[in-house]
Amino acid sequence: MTDFGYSINTSSRMNLDDFDKESFDKLAEMEPDVRKCMACGSCTASCTAGKFHETSLRSAILALQNGQEGKAIDFLKGCMLCGKCTMVCPRGINTRHLILSILKVYGTK
Amino acid sequence: MILTILTTAVDSIADQEVIDRIPSGYSNFVIPFVVGMVFILIYLLVGFIRILNHIPWEDKKKFLISLITPATILKNIKDIIFDCLLHVKIWKRKPLLGYMHSSIAFGWFMLIVLGHIEVALFVPKHFGSISEGALFYPIFYRFFVWVNPAHETLRSNLLFFLMDFFLLYVLSGIALAMFKRIKSIALGMKHTTKPSLPDRIALYCLWLIFPLRLLAESFTADLSGGSFLTVPMNFLFKNFFGNSLNFMPTWWAYSIVLGLFFVAMPFSRYMHIVTEVLLILFRNAGLKVRKPRKGLAEAEIYACSSCGLCLDACPMNIQKKNLKYSSVYFIRFLRRHNTKKINEIAQKCLMCGKCYALCPVSVDSPAIRQAQRATFNNCLPYDYGYLAKAADTGLANNYGDDGGKQPEVMYFAGCMSHLVPVIIESMKKIFKEAGIDYVFADEDGGICCGRPLLLAGRTEAAGEVMESNKKMIEDSGCKFLVLSCPICYKVFNEEYNLKGIKIIHHTQLIDRLIDTGRLEVTKSDGSFVYHDPCDLGRGSGIYEEPRHILSGIGELKKASKERDESICCGGSLGSLTLDYKDRGEITQGSIESLLAEKPREIATACPLCFKTFGDKAPVPVKDIAQIVCEHLAQKQEDKIYSEPGIPIAPEKESFAR
Repeated sequence: MTDFGYSINTSSRMNLDDFDKESFDKLAEMEPDVRKCMACGSCTASCTAGKFHETSLRSAILALQNGQEGKAIDFLKGCMLCGKCTMVCPRGINTRHLILSILKVYGTK
Repeated sequence: MILTILTTAVDSIADQEVIDRIPSGYSNFVIPFVVGMVFILIYLLVGFIRILNHIPWEDKKKFLISLITPATILKNIKDIIFDCLLHVKIWKRKPLLGYMHSSIAFGWFMLIVLGHIEVALFVPKHFGSISEGALFYPIFYRFFVWVNPAHETLRSNLLFFLMDFFLLYVLSGIALAMFKRIKSIALGMKHTTKPSLPDRIALYCLWLIFPLRLLAESFTADLSGGSFLTVPMNFLFKNFFGNSLNFMPTWWAYSIVLGLFFVAMPFSRYMHIVTEVLLILFRNAGLKVRKPRKGLAEAEIYACSSCGLCLDACPMNIQKKNLKYSSVYFIRFLRRHNTKKINEIAQKCLMCGKCYALCPVSVDSPAIRQAQRATFNNCLPYDYGYLAKAADTGLANNYGDDGGKQPEVMYFAGCMSHLVPVIIESMKKIFKEAGIDYVFADEDGGICCGRPLLLAGRTEAAGEVMESNKKMIEDSGCKFLVLSCPICYKVFNEEYNLKGIKIIHHTQLIDRLIDTGRLEVTKSDGSFVYHDPCDLGRGSGIYEEPRHILSGIGELKKASKERDESICCGGSLGSLTLDYKDRGEITQGSIESLLAEKPREIATACPLCFKTFGDKAPVPVKDIAQIVCEHLAQKQEDKIYSEPGIPIAPEKESFAR
């Protein structure tokens, strides 16, 4: 193929109809703090694993709300539960339990 | 002929101090007791085999070897006497409670032993073969014998005295136990457990056993002998009732209550009486909890006496609503296989280890909780493909290009310390001041130590993280690993098995540096209180070094609860489900305890405690390294140290532990 010096990205369009309300409600029941997140990104900024691998609770929650469950799990697979995000969260979210709950609800199928 | 036989018989009877009043050694009233006894013995045997069956082969081997190792045998005997009979652990913390418990346990034990001695001394034929009449062994000795008034001896009187003495001893304990049910605070317990139905049945039986024994023995005291307690009571009863008709009913009642107690025992908390012995043997053999309900864990569960000392110990119980998450109820639900409740409680706990430290039976409930968490968290997906890269890049950057001798000291700050840069800055200054050449393993970001994963029950994931760290440390060729975070310290010590590498917490290092004169601090007029971090104090047994450092800098004040009773800061990574608000309550309670003597500053040695207290305490919170840095003496000249390593005196080869 001719190299034009640019390429076409795969579409990043999302389908909000993919949002699985039932699972999200289940998650919110396990850890109600998921609804508290204001996506400030403190957790991502402080993440130990994030230095080596794209790990982000903020992005995971957003991905879940956008119906991209696989992507959400990928954002959390590298988590070592060190707890730094809990310490920095301005909303006092129990981030570690939230991560475990997301993995439980969406990761084991 | 017949006459001679008769006269010799009479002579021999006259020679004996005690004669079988009922030669067969049997009466119907013993049936309830025998039924209960047979039931409990069969139950115990089956239970023991079940537990052994669930223990993996390597643990079984360890257990058997421990049973024939002389040192372990001695320790077993010592522990059984001190813990099961005398209850030294309770005595040390709550003397009145200790007296109550040891009077019942040790007193009852002595009554049983003395009873057997009486049988052996006075009616020895029951120890012999069946043909000589040993079919029935007179457990209820006082019922079956008659004391020859013509042949009173000192030894029988001594035994009578001892029996009455120990009966009184037990009765005093029972009286205290009854009083405790009404007003537990009088014996030093703010909260006490709610007994379940089988607990109640067994409890009331236990309360009745000894008063009934006193009555029964008093009714027969004129025949079978007695001492300062039973003889006067016998005199009173005889004159009061005017006959001995109450003789049989009391012995029947005594036997029934005993039998009922034995039947209720397996379903009640009183299984701890026997299980504790097994638990001591297992513990001294070095066995570890692997599964939350089987094998060793089952022994732990049944060894729980449901005393409720963990209720007052638990930091969560500053709020009454959290009482239900205490270890005692966790164990109770485990016994009942109530999985929903078990999981709920297992996730709530802070894993601070205080209930374990204060438990009179040392039931390792944090370990059971961790095993329980593994049952539902171990299967969660993870992907640590980046670990190899992380270990490489992390270290390579720090070795620099000098190519000289590799430093013997490695400093691993840990995730949490990176949230508290002042600890890292202070440590850098201290290393420089003391002239220690070191490599900073995770200056540019490292990976987690693995303990948070372990605590969450993700054993496999933790294994990968730990393997990666281990490789990084061993490849570096360091001899000392200095840590700033107690969470890391505990896991490096217990799980990593780093050969030839000494693991040191920075408090130990600083203490050593000050002792050897490599660091000089000035005394100030400040005052400190030291907060024992859970994983450093209870978890790793380091209490002295931090206090030693602080007392060299200023006045060291006491917290209302400290050392192994120290209250968790509330930030613990152990709890999975405790929310922000409840944690805040615990933090407040802990701060209150620390400020009991109005210190000017709170000192701690854990970045997590530092962070947690930092926002809430009304006085400054500082890490020990930070305090030391603030009080470093001005050096006269720049000293050059010939040895850039850590000074360790030969006799102090190993750091505390």
